Amino acid sequence: MPKRSVVPFGPQHPVLPEPIHLDLVLEDEHVVEAIPSIGYVHRGLESLVQKKDFNEMVYVTERICGICSFMHGMGYCNAVEQIMNVEVPRRAEYLRTIWAEMSRIHSHLLWLGLLADAFGFESLFMQSWRMREKILDMFEISTGGRVIFSVNKIGGVLKDMPKEMLNQFVSILDGMEKELRETTQIFMDDYTVKSRLVGVGILTEEDAIRRGAVGPMMRASGLAIDMRKTGYAAYDDLDFEIITSKDCDSYARCKVRIEEIFQSIALIRQAVAKIPDTEIAAAVKGFPNGEAFVRFEQPRGEAYYYVRANGTKFLDRMRVRTPTFANLPALTQILQGCQFADVPLLILTIDPCISCTER
Amino acid sequence: MVELQKDIYKIEQVELFPIIMEKKNDMWRLVQICCAFVDGSYEVTYSFGHDYDIANYRLIVGKDEPVPSISRVYKSAIFYENEMRELFGLNVEHMKVDMNNTLYRIDEETPFLKKEDK
Repeated sequence: MPKRSVVPFGPQHPVLPEPIHLDLVLEDEHVVEAIPSIGYVHRGLESLVQKKDFNEMVYVTERICGICSFMHGMGYCNAVEQIMNVEVPRRAEYLRTIWAEMSRIHSHLLWLGLLADAFGFESLFMQSWRMREKILDMFEISTGGRVIFSVNKIGGVLKDMPKEMLNQFVSILDGMEKELRETTQIFMDDYTVKSRLVGVGILTEEDAIRRGAVGPMMRASGLAIDMRKTGYAAYDDLDFEIITSKDCDSYARCKVRIEEIFQSIALIRQAVAKIPDTEIAAAVKGFPNGEAFVRFEQPRGEAYYYVRANGTKFLDRMRVRTPTFANLPALTQILQGCQFADVPLLILTIDPCISCTER
Repeated sequence: MVELQKDIYKIEQVELFPIIMEKKNDMWRLVQICCAFVDGSYEVTYSFGHDYDIANYRLIVGKDEPVPSISRVYKSAIFYENEMRELFGLNVEHMKVDMNNTLYRIDEETPFLKKEDK
Protein backbone atom coordinates (compact mmCIF):
# COMPACT_ATOMS: atom_id res chain seq x y z
CA MET A 1 0.00 0.00 0.00
CA PRO A 2 1.48 3.39 -0.96
CA LYS A 3 2.46 5.67 1.86
CA ARG A 4 0.12 8.55 2.52
CA SER A 5 1.34 12.03 3.19
CA VAL A 6 -0.39 15.35 3.77
CA VAL A 7 0.89 18.34 1.82
CA PRO A 8 -0.33 21.82 2.69
CA PHE A 9 -1.24 23.96 -0.33
CA GLY A 10 -1.66 27.71 0.13
CA PRO A 11 -2.80 30.09 1.48
CA GLN A 12 0.12 31.77 -0.32
CA HIS A 13 0.87 30.18 -3.66
CA PRO A 14 2.11 31.62 -6.98
CA VAL A 15 -1.08 30.57 -8.74
CA LEU A 16 -3.42 31.98 -6.11
CA PRO A 17 -4.09 35.71 -6.20
CA GLU A 18 -6.19 35.30 -3.05
CA PRO A 19 -5.71 33.11 0.00
CA ILE A 20 -7.22 29.65 0.23
CA HIS A 21 -5.65 26.66 1.91
CA LEU A 22 -5.96 22.99 1.03
CA ASP A 23 -4.69 20.00 2.91
CA LEU A 24 -3.88 17.50 0.19
CA VAL A 25 -3.73 13.84 1.18
CA LEU A 26 -1.37 12.18 -1.29
CA GLU A 27 -0.56 8.62 -2.21
CA ASP A 28 2.69 8.99 -4.13
CA GLU A 29 1.85 11.73 -6.66
CA HIS A 30 -1.92 11.18 -6.58
CA VAL A 31 -4.32 13.28 -4.53
CA VAL A 32 -6.74 11.01 -2.67
CA GLU A 33 -8.46 13.73 -0.68
CA ALA A 34 -8.46 17.51 -0.54
CA ILE A 35 -9.69 19.39 2.50
CA PRO A 36 -10.24 23.08 1.79
CA SER A 37 -9.90 25.74 4.40
CA ILE A 38 -10.92 29.37 3.99
CA GLY A 39 -11.35 32.28 6.37
CA TYR A 40 -8.11 34.21 5.98
CA VAL A 41 -9.80 37.41 4.85
CA HIS A 42 -13.41 37.14 6.04
CA ARG A 43 -14.94 40.62 6.15
CA GLY A 44 -18.43 40.07 7.52
CA LEU A 45 -20.03 42.44 5.01
CA GLU A 46 -23.43 40.82 5.48
CA SER A 47 -23.50 41.91 9.11
CA LEU A 48 -23.24 45.56 8.06
CA VAL A 49 -27.04 45.57 7.76
CA GLN A 50 -26.94 46.44 11.45
CA LYS A 51 -25.09 49.69 10.69
CA LYS A 52 -25.87 50.67 7.10
CA ASP A 53 -29.36 51.43 5.82
CA PHE A 54 -30.86 49.56 2.90
CA ASN A 55 -29.73 52.21 0.38
CA GLU A 56 -26.16 52.25 1.65
CA MET A 57 -26.08 48.46 1.39
CA VAL A 58 -25.99 48.85 -2.42
CA TYR A 59 -22.46 50.20 -2.06
CA VAL A 60 -21.54 47.53 0.47
CA THR A 61 -22.65 44.73 -1.88
CA GLU A 62 -20.67 46.28 -4.74
CA ARG A 63 -17.58 45.83 -2.60
CA ILE A 64 -18.09 42.09 -2.16
CA CYS A 65 -16.00 41.51 -5.26
CA GLY A 66 -13.71 43.52 -7.52
CA ILE A 67 -14.57 41.51 -10.62
CA CYS A 68 -18.34 41.07 -10.49
CA SER A 69 -18.89 44.18 -8.39
CA PHE A 70 -21.62 45.50 -10.67
CA MET A 71 -23.59 42.27 -10.58
CA HIS A 72 -23.55 42.11 -6.79
CA GLY A 73 -25.08 45.57 -6.66
CA MET A 74 -27.62 44.59 -9.28
CA GLY A 75 -28.62 41.40 -7.44
CA TYR A 76 -29.10 43.23 -4.17
CA CYS A 77 -31.14 45.98 -5.86
CA ASN A 78 -33.29 43.33 -7.56
CA ALA A 79 -34.08 41.75 -4.22
CA VAL A 80 -35.07 45.04 -2.58
CA GLU A 81 -37.05 46.10 -5.67
CA GLN A 82 -38.93 42.81 -5.49
CA ILE A 83 -39.81 43.41 -1.84
CA MET A 84 -40.93 47.01 -2.52
CA ASN A 85 -42.75 46.12 -5.76
CA VAL A 86 -40.74 48.70 -7.67
CA GLU A 87 -41.10 48.60 -11.42
CA VAL A 88 -37.68 49.36 -12.82
CA PRO A 89 -37.76 51.38 -16.08
CA ARG A 90 -36.98 49.25 -19.09
CA ARG A 91 -33.98 51.34 -20.14
CA ALA A 92 -32.41 50.79 -16.73
CA GLU A 93 -32.91 47.02 -17.17
CA TYR A 94 -31.13 47.19 -20.51
CA LEU A 95 -28.30 49.29 -19.11
CA ARG A 96 -27.87 46.80 -16.29
CA THR A 97 -27.77 43.97 -18.83
CA ILE A 98 -25.10 45.72 -20.90
CA TRP A 99 -22.89 46.41 -17.88
CA ALA A 100 -23.44 42.87 -16.61
CA GLU A 101 -22.35 41.34 -19.92
CA MET A 102 -19.33 43.64 -20.07
CA SER A 103 -18.48 42.37 -16.57
CA ARG A 104 -18.76 38.79 -17.82
CA ILE A 105 -16.34 39.46 -20.70
CA HIS A 106 -13.93 41.16 -18.33
CA SER A 107 -14.14 38.32 -15.79
CA HIS A 108 -13.68 35.55 -18.35
CA LEU A 109 -10.72 37.34 -19.97
CA LEU A 110 -9.14 37.78 -16.56
CA TRP A 111 -9.62 34.08 -15.93
CA LEU A 112 -8.14 33.08 -19.30
CA GLY A 113 -5.10 35.19 -18.52
CA LEU A 114 -4.66 33.60 -15.11
CA LEU A 115 -5.05 30.14 -16.63
CA ALA A 116 -2.41 30.86 -19.27
CA ASP A 117 -0.12 32.23 -16.58
CA ALA A 118 -0.63 29.08 -14.50
CA PHE A 119 0.68 26.80 -17.20
CA GLY A 120 3.46 29.19 -18.13
CA PHE A 121 2.08 30.60 -21.40
CA GLU A 122 3.07 34.18 -20.68
CA SER A 123 2.30 35.71 -24.07
CA LEU A 124 -1.23 34.30 -23.97
CA PHE A 125 -1.66 35.72 -20.48
CA MET A 126 -0.60 39.15 -21.72
CA GLN A 127 -2.85 39.01 -24.79
CA SER A 128 -5.89 38.11 -22.64
CA TRP A 129 -5.28 40.91 -20.20
CA ARG A 130 -4.50 43.40 -22.97
CA MET A 131 -7.98 42.82 -24.38
CA ARG A 132 -9.49 42.97 -20.94
CA GLU A 133 -8.11 46.51 -20.60
CA LYS A 134 -10.43 47.61 -23.39
CA ILE A 135 -13.43 46.52 -21.35
CA LEU A 136 -12.08 48.35 -18.31
CA ASP A 137 -11.71 51.45 -20.48
CA MET A 138 -15.36 51.10 -21.49
CA PHE A 139 -16.34 50.88 -17.83
CA GLU A 140 -14.37 54.01 -17.12
CA ILE A 141 -15.95 55.91 -20.01
CA SER A 142 -19.48 54.89 -19.04
CA THR A 143 -19.34 54.93 -15.24
CA GLY A 144 -16.16 56.73 -14.19
CA GLY A 145 -14.87 53.63 -12.43
CA ARG A 146 -12.78 50.69 -13.58
CA VAL A 147 -13.50 48.33 -10.67
CA ILE A 148 -16.33 49.69 -8.55
CA PHE A 149 -18.90 51.56 -10.66
CA SER A 150 -21.59 52.54 -8.17
CA VAL A 151 -24.18 53.00 -10.89
CA ASN A 152 -26.87 50.80 -9.37
CA LYS A 153 -29.57 52.22 -7.18
CA ILE A 154 -32.78 50.80 -5.89
CA GLY A 155 -35.27 51.54 -8.65
CA GLY A 156 -32.83 51.71 -11.55
CA VAL A 157 -29.41 53.10 -12.37
CA LEU A 158 -27.66 56.39 -11.68
CA LYS A 159 -26.03 56.92 -15.07
CA ASP A 160 -27.20 56.62 -18.64
CA MET A 161 -25.23 55.67 -21.71
CA PRO A 162 -26.08 57.87 -24.69
CA LYS A 163 -26.60 56.34 -28.11
CA GLU A 164 -23.21 57.51 -29.44
CA MET A 165 -21.43 55.88 -26.52
CA LEU A 166 -23.28 52.60 -26.99
CA ASN A 167 -22.47 52.59 -30.72
CA GLN A 168 -18.84 53.32 -29.90
CA PHE A 169 -18.80 50.35 -27.53
CA VAL A 170 -20.29 48.06 -30.17
CA SER A 171 -17.61 49.08 -32.66
CA ILE A 172 -14.87 48.46 -30.04
CA LEU A 173 -16.37 45.03 -29.38
CA ASP A 174 -16.50 44.32 -33.14
CA GLY A 175 -12.77 44.96 -33.35
CA MET A 176 -12.12 42.98 -30.19
CA GLU A 177 -14.06 39.99 -31.46
CA LYS A 178 -11.60 39.43 -34.33
CA GLU A 179 -8.63 39.55 -31.98
CA LEU A 180 -10.42 37.32 -29.52
CA ARG A 181 -11.05 34.67 -32.18
CA GLU A 182 -7.31 34.45 -32.83
CA THR A 183 -6.31 34.37 -29.17
CA THR A 184 -8.96 31.96 -27.99
CA GLN A 185 -8.17 29.67 -30.92
CA ILE A 186 -4.78 29.14 -29.26
CA PHE A 187 -6.51 28.09 -26.02
CA MET A 188 -8.64 25.63 -27.98
CA ASP A 189 -6.05 24.22 -30.40
CA ASP A 190 -2.60 24.54 -28.88
CA TYR A 191 -0.98 21.23 -27.99
CA THR A 192 0.55 22.48 -24.73
CA VAL A 193 -2.77 23.90 -23.55
CA LYS A 194 -4.67 20.76 -24.46
CA SER A 195 -2.11 18.54 -22.79
CA ARG A 196 -2.78 20.30 -19.49
CA LEU A 197 -6.58 20.48 -19.76
CA VAL A 198 -8.05 17.59 -21.74
CA GLY A 199 -9.29 14.76 -19.54
CA VAL A 200 -8.10 16.49 -16.37
CA GLY A 201 -10.44 17.24 -13.45
CA ILE A 202 -13.53 15.30 -14.53
CA LEU A 203 -16.80 16.40 -12.91
CA THR A 204 -19.68 14.26 -14.13
CA GLU A 205 -23.19 15.60 -14.53
CA GLU A 206 -24.36 13.65 -11.48
CA ASP A 207 -21.45 14.88 -9.37
CA ALA A 208 -22.13 18.45 -10.46
CA ILE A 209 -25.68 18.14 -9.10
CA ARG A 210 -24.70 16.27 -5.94
CA ARG A 211 -21.98 18.80 -5.14
CA GLY A 212 -24.15 21.80 -5.97
CA ALA A 213 -21.88 23.18 -8.71
CA VAL A 214 -22.95 26.32 -10.54
CA GLY A 215 -22.14 28.37 -13.63
CA PRO A 216 -19.60 27.32 -16.27
CA MET A 217 -18.45 24.58 -13.88
CA MET A 218 -21.92 23.03 -14.09
CA ARG A 219 -22.50 23.78 -17.76
CA ALA A 220 -19.19 22.14 -18.70
CA SER A 221 -20.63 18.99 -17.11
CA GLY A 222 -23.55 18.98 -19.53
CA LEU A 223 -26.18 20.77 -17.45
CA ALA A 224 -27.98 23.46 -19.44
CA ILE A 225 -28.83 25.81 -16.59
CA ASP A 226 -28.19 29.53 -16.87
CA MET A 227 -30.06 31.92 -14.58
CA ARG A 228 -30.23 34.52 -17.34
CA LYS A 229 -32.92 32.30 -18.84
CA THR A 230 -35.16 33.17 -15.88
CA GLY A 231 -35.57 36.53 -17.62
CA TYR A 232 -34.33 39.05 -15.07
CA ALA A 233 -33.12 42.49 -16.27
CA ALA A 234 -33.56 42.59 -20.08
CA TYR A 235 -32.66 38.96 -20.75
CA ASP A 236 -36.28 38.09 -21.49
CA ASP A 237 -35.99 40.29 -24.62
CA LEU A 238 -32.72 38.81 -25.84
CA ASP A 239 -32.08 35.63 -27.81
CA PHE A 240 -29.33 33.32 -26.68
CA GLU A 241 -28.64 29.63 -26.30
CA ILE A 242 -27.11 28.17 -23.16
CA ILE A 243 -23.52 27.10 -23.79
CA THR A 244 -22.72 23.64 -22.51
CA SER A 245 -20.24 20.85 -23.02
CA LYS A 246 -20.53 17.19 -22.24
CA ASP A 247 -16.78 16.63 -21.88
CA CYS A 248 -16.85 17.39 -18.13
CA ASP A 249 -13.11 18.19 -17.97
CA SER A 250 -10.96 21.30 -17.54
CA TYR A 251 -10.83 21.84 -21.30
CA ALA A 252 -14.66 21.89 -21.37
CA ARG A 253 -14.73 24.54 -18.63
CA CYS A 254 -12.28 26.65 -20.63
CA LYS A 255 -14.31 26.17 -23.82
CA VAL A 256 -17.59 27.14 -22.15
CA ARG A 257 -16.08 30.36 -20.79
CA ILE A 258 -14.54 31.27 -24.14
CA GLU A 259 -17.83 30.76 -25.95
CA GLU A 260 -19.59 32.80 -23.28
CA ILE A 261 -17.33 35.77 -24.11
CA PHE A 262 -18.61 35.74 -27.70
CA GLN A 263 -22.14 35.22 -26.45
CA SER A 264 -21.81 38.28 -24.21
CA ILE A 265 -20.63 40.37 -27.16
CA ALA A 266 -23.68 39.22 -29.14
CA LEU A 267 -25.97 40.01 -26.20
CA ILE A 268 -24.55 43.53 -25.90
CA ARG A 269 -25.14 44.07 -29.63
CA GLN A 270 -28.74 42.92 -29.25
CA ALA A 271 -29.30 45.06 -26.17
CA VAL A 272 -27.86 48.17 -27.86
CA ALA A 273 -30.12 47.59 -30.86
CA LYS A 274 -33.23 47.18 -28.71
CA ILE A 275 -32.66 49.57 -25.83
CA PRO A 276 -35.79 51.68 -25.31
CA ASP A 277 -35.78 55.38 -24.58
CA THR A 278 -37.32 55.61 -21.09
CA GLU A 279 -36.39 56.95 -17.68
CA ILE A 280 -33.42 55.28 -16.00
CA ALA A 281 -34.79 55.13 -12.46
CA ALA A 282 -38.14 54.88 -10.73
CA ALA A 283 -38.95 56.92 -7.63
CA VAL A 284 -38.74 54.79 -4.51
CA LYS A 285 -40.52 55.86 -1.35
CA GLY A 286 -40.69 54.31 2.11
CA PHE A 287 -38.84 51.40 3.59
CA PRO A 288 -38.88 47.75 2.47
CA ASN A 289 -40.95 45.26 4.44
CA GLY A 290 -40.85 41.57 3.59
CA GLU A 291 -38.38 39.12 2.16
CA ALA A 292 -37.10 37.98 -1.20
CA PHE A 293 -34.78 35.39 -2.67
CA VAL A 294 -33.18 36.40 -5.96
CA ARG A 295 -31.03 34.37 -8.32
CA PHE A 296 -28.90 35.71 -11.11
CA GLU A 297 -26.01 34.59 -13.28
CA GLN A 298 -22.64 36.03 -12.43
CA PRO A 299 -19.55 35.20 -14.55
CA ARG A 300 -18.67 32.41 -12.12
CA GLY A 301 -22.20 31.11 -11.86
CA GLU A 302 -25.47 31.48 -10.03
CA ALA A 303 -25.48 33.89 -7.09
CA TYR A 304 -28.32 33.67 -4.59
CA TYR A 305 -29.36 36.78 -2.70
CA TYR A 306 -31.64 36.85 0.32
CA VAL A 307 -32.95 40.10 1.76
CA ARG A 308 -35.27 40.33 4.74
CA ALA A 309 -36.64 43.70 5.70
CA ASN A 310 -38.77 44.83 8.62
CA GLY A 311 -40.25 48.16 7.52
CA THR A 312 -37.41 50.25 8.96
CA LYS A 313 -34.38 51.60 7.13
CA PHE A 314 -32.24 48.78 8.53
CA LEU A 315 -32.63 45.26 7.18
CA ASP A 316 -32.95 42.19 9.39
CA ARG A 317 -30.73 40.13 7.13
CA MET A 318 -28.89 40.30 3.86
CA ARG A 319 -27.23 37.17 2.63
CA VAL A 320 -25.43 36.28 -0.54
CA ARG A 321 -24.40 32.80 -1.53
CA THR A 322 -21.66 33.45 -4.04
CA PRO A 323 -20.78 31.08 -6.90
CA THR A 324 -17.33 30.19 -5.60
CA PHE A 325 -18.81 29.18 -2.24
CA ALA A 326 -21.10 26.79 -4.13
CA ASN A 327 -18.25 25.45 -6.26
CA LEU A 328 -15.92 24.54 -3.37
CA PRO A 329 -17.47 21.07 -2.85
CA ALA A 330 -17.09 20.42 -6.60
CA LEU A 331 -13.45 21.47 -6.32
CA THR A 332 -12.80 18.78 -3.71
CA GLN A 333 -14.41 16.29 -6.08
CA ILE A 334 -12.25 17.13 -9.12
CA LEU A 335 -9.10 17.10 -7.02
CA GLN A 336 -9.67 13.51 -5.94
CA GLY A 337 -7.48 11.25 -8.03
CA CYS A 338 -5.62 14.01 -9.84
CA GLN A 339 -1.86 14.38 -10.11
CA PHE A 340 -0.28 16.64 -7.51
CA ALA A 341 1.16 18.79 -10.31
CA ASP A 342 -2.35 19.49 -11.66
CA VAL A 343 -3.70 20.87 -8.38
CA PRO A 344 -2.97 24.58 -9.09
CA LEU A 345 -4.56 24.33 -12.51
CA LEU A 346 -7.64 22.54 -11.20
CA ILE A 347 -8.16 25.15 -8.52
CA LEU A 348 -8.10 27.74 -11.27
CA THR A 349 -10.65 25.90 -13.41
CA ILE A 350 -13.41 26.69 -10.91
CA ASP A 351 -12.45 30.37 -11.39
CA PRO A 352 -12.21 30.89 -7.63
CA CYS A 353 -13.06 34.25 -6.16
CA ILE A 354 -12.07 34.19 -2.53
CA SER A 355 -13.10 37.81 -2.11
CA CYS A 356 -16.70 36.75 -2.89
CA THR A 357 -16.43 33.66 -0.71
CA GLU A 358 -15.10 35.68 2.22
CA ARG A 359 -17.76 38.36 1.81
CA MET B 1 -45.84 22.32 5.67
CA VAL B 2 -47.18 25.85 5.27
CA GLU B 3 -46.54 28.06 2.24
CA LEU B 4 -45.38 31.45 3.55
CA GLN B 5 -45.05 33.00 0.10
CA LYS B 6 -44.23 31.76 -3.37
CA ASP B 7 -41.54 29.03 -3.14
CA ILE B 8 -40.98 29.53 0.62
CA TYR B 9 -42.42 26.83 2.88
CA LYS B 10 -42.36 26.63 6.64
CA ILE B 11 -41.67 23.11 7.85
CA GLU B 12 -41.34 21.29 11.17
CA GLN B 13 -38.19 19.41 12.12
CA VAL B 14 -39.86 16.03 11.64
CA GLU B 15 -40.52 16.96 8.01
CA LEU B 16 -36.92 17.96 7.28
CA PHE B 17 -35.34 14.62 6.45
CA PRO B 18 -38.23 13.23 4.38
CA ILE B 19 -38.01 16.40 2.28
CA ILE B 20 -34.22 16.25 2.04
CA MET B 21 -34.30 12.61 0.95
CA GLU B 22 -37.03 13.28 -1.58
CA LYS B 23 -35.04 16.15 -3.07
CA LYS B 24 -31.88 14.09 -3.23
CA ASN B 25 -33.61 11.16 -4.90
CA ASP B 26 -35.22 13.50 -7.43
CA MET B 27 -31.77 14.99 -8.23
CA TRP B 28 -32.39 18.46 -6.82
CA ARG B 29 -29.21 20.31 -5.98
CA LEU B 30 -28.67 22.08 -2.69
CA VAL B 31 -28.54 25.74 -3.67
CA GLN B 32 -27.81 27.14 -0.23
CA ILE B 33 -28.68 27.14 3.46
CA CYS B 34 -29.33 30.50 5.03
CA CYS B 35 -29.60 31.42 8.68
CA ALA B 36 -31.27 34.52 10.09
CA PHE B 37 -31.94 35.45 13.71
CA VAL B 38 -35.29 37.18 13.90
CA ASP B 39 -37.47 37.88 16.97
CA GLY B 40 -35.50 35.59 19.27
CA SER B 41 -35.51 32.56 16.94
CA TYR B 42 -33.34 31.19 14.21
CA GLU B 43 -34.78 30.86 10.75
CA VAL B 44 -32.90 28.23 8.80
CA THR B 45 -33.84 28.13 5.13
CA TYR B 46 -32.79 25.24 2.90
CA SER B 47 -32.96 26.09 -0.81
CA PHE B 48 -33.08 23.41 -3.49
CA GLY B 49 -32.97 23.86 -7.24
CA HIS B 50 -33.91 21.63 -10.15
CA ASP B 51 -33.44 23.18 -13.59
CA TYR B 52 -35.12 26.55 -12.99
CA ASP B 53 -37.45 25.40 -10.21
CA ILE B 54 -36.58 26.55 -6.74
CA ALA B 55 -37.96 25.53 -3.34
CA ASN B 56 -37.04 27.10 -0.01
CA TYR B 57 -37.88 25.16 3.18
CA ARG B 58 -37.73 27.05 6.44
CA LEU B 59 -37.22 25.66 9.91
CA ILE B 60 -37.82 27.96 12.84
CA VAL B 61 -35.83 26.92 15.88
CA GLY B 62 -35.36 28.30 19.37
CA LYS B 63 -32.09 29.82 20.49
CA ASP B 64 -30.53 26.71 22.01
CA GLU B 65 -32.53 24.15 20.10
CA PRO B 66 -30.43 21.74 18.00
CA VAL B 67 -30.80 21.35 14.25
CA PRO B 68 -29.77 18.08 12.62
CA SER B 69 -27.05 18.27 10.03
CA ILE B 70 -27.95 17.27 6.47
CA SER B 71 -24.28 16.96 5.45
CA ARG B 72 -24.46 13.17 5.37
CA VAL B 73 -27.11 13.44 2.65
CA TYR B 74 -25.79 16.53 0.86
CA LYS B 75 -22.01 16.80 1.25
CA SER B 76 -22.09 20.39 0.04
CA ALA B 77 -23.99 21.31 3.23
CA ILE B 78 -20.74 21.11 5.21
CA PHE B 79 -19.70 24.68 4.46
CA TYR B 80 -23.17 26.16 5.00
CA GLU B 81 -23.64 24.40 8.34
CA ASN B 82 -20.22 25.33 9.66
CA GLU B 83 -20.84 28.91 8.55
CA MET B 84 -24.19 29.09 10.39
CA ARG B 85 -22.67 27.73 13.54
CA GLU B 86 -19.68 30.04 13.49
CA LEU B 87 -21.46 33.25 12.54
CA PHE B 88 -24.79 32.77 14.35
CA GLY B 89 -24.09 30.14 16.99
CA LEU B 90 -26.72 27.79 15.56
CA ASN B 91 -26.47 24.41 17.25
CA VAL B 92 -26.02 22.06 14.26
CA GLU B 93 -25.69 18.46 15.40
CA HIS B 94 -23.78 15.57 13.83
CA MET B 95 -22.02 17.46 11.06
CA LYS B 96 -19.96 15.24 8.80
CA VAL B 97 -17.02 17.63 9.04
CA ASP B 98 -17.02 19.81 12.12
CA MET B 99 -14.59 22.69 11.72
CA ASN B 100 -15.05 23.74 15.36
CA ASN B 101 -15.67 27.40 14.57
CA THR B 102 -12.53 27.75 12.48
CA LEU B 103 -14.15 28.10 9.04
CA TYR B 104 -13.68 31.86 9.07
CA ARG B 105 -11.03 32.08 11.82
CA ILE B 106 -12.87 34.90 13.60
CA ASP B 107 -11.91 35.68 17.18
CA GLU B 108 -15.32 37.03 18.17
CA GLU B 109 -17.96 34.43 18.98
CA THR B 110 -21.18 34.51 16.90
CA PRO B 111 -20.33 37.85 15.22
CA PHE B 112 -23.57 37.97 13.23
CA LEU B 113 -25.78 38.02 16.33
CA LYS B 114 -26.63 41.44 17.69
CA LYS B 115 -25.21 42.14 21.15
CA GLU B 116 -28.66 42.08 22.75
CA ASP B 117 -29.37 38.66 21.19
CA LYS B 118 -26.21 36.95 22.42
